[in-house]
Amino acid sequence: MIEILSESALATVQDLGRLGALSWGVGVSGAMDPLALEAGNLLLGNAPDAAAIEVQIFPFQVRFDAACAFAVTGGGGPVRLGERELPPWWCGMAAAGEVLRLGVPKRGTTHGSRAYLCLAGGVDVPPVLNSRSTQLRGAFGGHEGRGLRRGDRLAAGTLGWGARPLWFGIVPPSLTLPCERDGLPAVRVLPAAEYDSFTPASQQAFWAEPWTITPQSDRYGYRLSGPVLEAIAFRELRSHGIVPGVIQVPRGGQPIVQMRDAQPSGGYPKIGTVIDADLWRLGQAPIGSRFRFIEASWDEALAAADETRRWLASIERLVGLHTLGTGGR
Amino acid sequence: MTTEPAPLITLLGTTALLFEPAGETTLSTQQRIWALAREALAWPEIREAVPGMNNLMLAFACPPRSLAPLETRLHAAWQAAAPLPLDGRVIDLPVVYGGERGPHLADVVSHTGLGVDEIVERHAGALYPVYAIGSHPGYCYLGGMDARIATPRRQVPVLSIPGGSVSIGGAQTGVSASAGPSGWNTIGATTARFFDVAQHPPTLLHPGDSIRFRIEKVIR
Repeated sequence: MIEILSESALATVQDLGRLGALSWGVGVSGAMDPLALEAGNLLLGNAPDAAAIEVQIFPFQVRFDAACAFAVTGGGGPVRLGERELPPWWCGMAAAGEVLRLGVPKRGTTHGSRAYLCLAGGVDVPPVLNSRSTQLRGAFGGHEGRGLRRGDRLAAGTLGWGARPLWFGIVPPSLTLPCERDGLPAVRVLPAAEYDSFTPASQQAFWAEPWTITPQSDRYGYRLSGPVLEAIAFRELRSHGIVPGVIQVPRGGQPIVQMRDAQPSGGYPKIGTVIDADLWRLGQAPIGSRFRFIEASWDEALAAADETRRWLASIERLVGLHTLGTGGR
Repeated sequence: MTTEPAPLITLLGTTALLFEPAGETTLSTQQRIWALAREALAWPEIREAVPGMNNLMLAFACPPRSLAPLETRLHAAWQAAAPLPLDGRVIDLPVVYGGERGPHLADVVSHTGLGVDEIVERHAGALYPVYAIGSHPGYCYLGGMDARIATPRRQVPVLSIPGGSVSIGGAQTGVSASAGPSGWNTIGATTARFFDVAQHPPTLLHPGDSIRFRIEKVIR
């Protein structure tokens, strides 16, 4: 068991998302940075889709009731277990009574926005419609269908390495899988149905100009500011299914990227979709930061997904080496 | 059927594709969309088949290396798709029109020029087939509203309307299944529960079912 010591309604229990419920109007939810979640789980010998706590506001503190292996991946500030500081993307073992503190990111440093606290065995909340992710609109999944509060107690599962003395980490994917263009972070995009209904000047500006993530951005969607994108003729579309990553352009011409808590259908024109393999980069991009869109082909998008799988496989091998001496799984 | 323009197939990133037949929104096209959804769900590369309003999203189990064979199969399956019969249940939903829970009924009055009684009778007089489920858990996209009571979406969306709110947005009507933001005109409220994770399936209604609104009370 761990006890939440911070008042932080924006921290939620998330796994890799709720698949198979779109036809009931239920969006996917899940970690904004699925790569960090999966890597954290691999460090602990968990199933890749085990649930963890996604932390968006710092500092965030928990107390361990019993000895438990844990990992902290993703963004955020310095992490301390009692008096010991943990390097980024690291796993360790907490003794009963120890407090883990995810600190405030230092100003001016490059850091991601969301940290994942993974526990050996995964956060043990009941799966609802095949997932442990919090569905905020439907008020189900996760911990009682809501954000975490001070005093909440969460149990860890029984699989994974359990209470083994771990102390190692990995190089973050921001370093091993960089994606930049002209000095700014970038995400790759496949053009979507209404791409051709934007003016050539707007299409060009979409790829050429930097985009800023405005404060009206959260797990539901990122509202961007940049050049105004003009449609040749604005069309109201019939409601249709959409997925996280879809870039909608409402009448005002400022795009909105749908994120993990996005509703599963929409009707605004779509200029493109951020490829699944790059969505974690946006999930970590802080409010106020700038980035670019890069046009990708289908083959390039699949190659990016393959590269991500290879990176995760390399972590699995590394973890295998670290845990050989302790008996493996 | 051979003269209709080819449906559009476009990508939603590497996660899904969108299949959109041309033409006006009709119930018979929707019945073919249901048939296509049922068939595509059996294909190994498809994880979910999600009907929208006269369109279909197919979510990939794993993105195919090449899209062309899937597109060919999809076009052929559409040509062969026969409308699924509309043999669902008819659900009666008692509605309290107007009052605190129907704050925009007056806006529908001023837009349509019809009186409250006539709007309520026209709204409760139709049978509304459920075309699709989407937007939020348990929400139904309905067809069949009387065009005389169509009212444009609100200039400024309401930050949150309660679950059970009955509303009109453009030529459509619907009932929100849980509290959330809405740009539609709320004209009344019902107490039905549209989504319950403890049930399987969790939605009260399914595509092919129909809703009839029953006038429980009109508050002027």
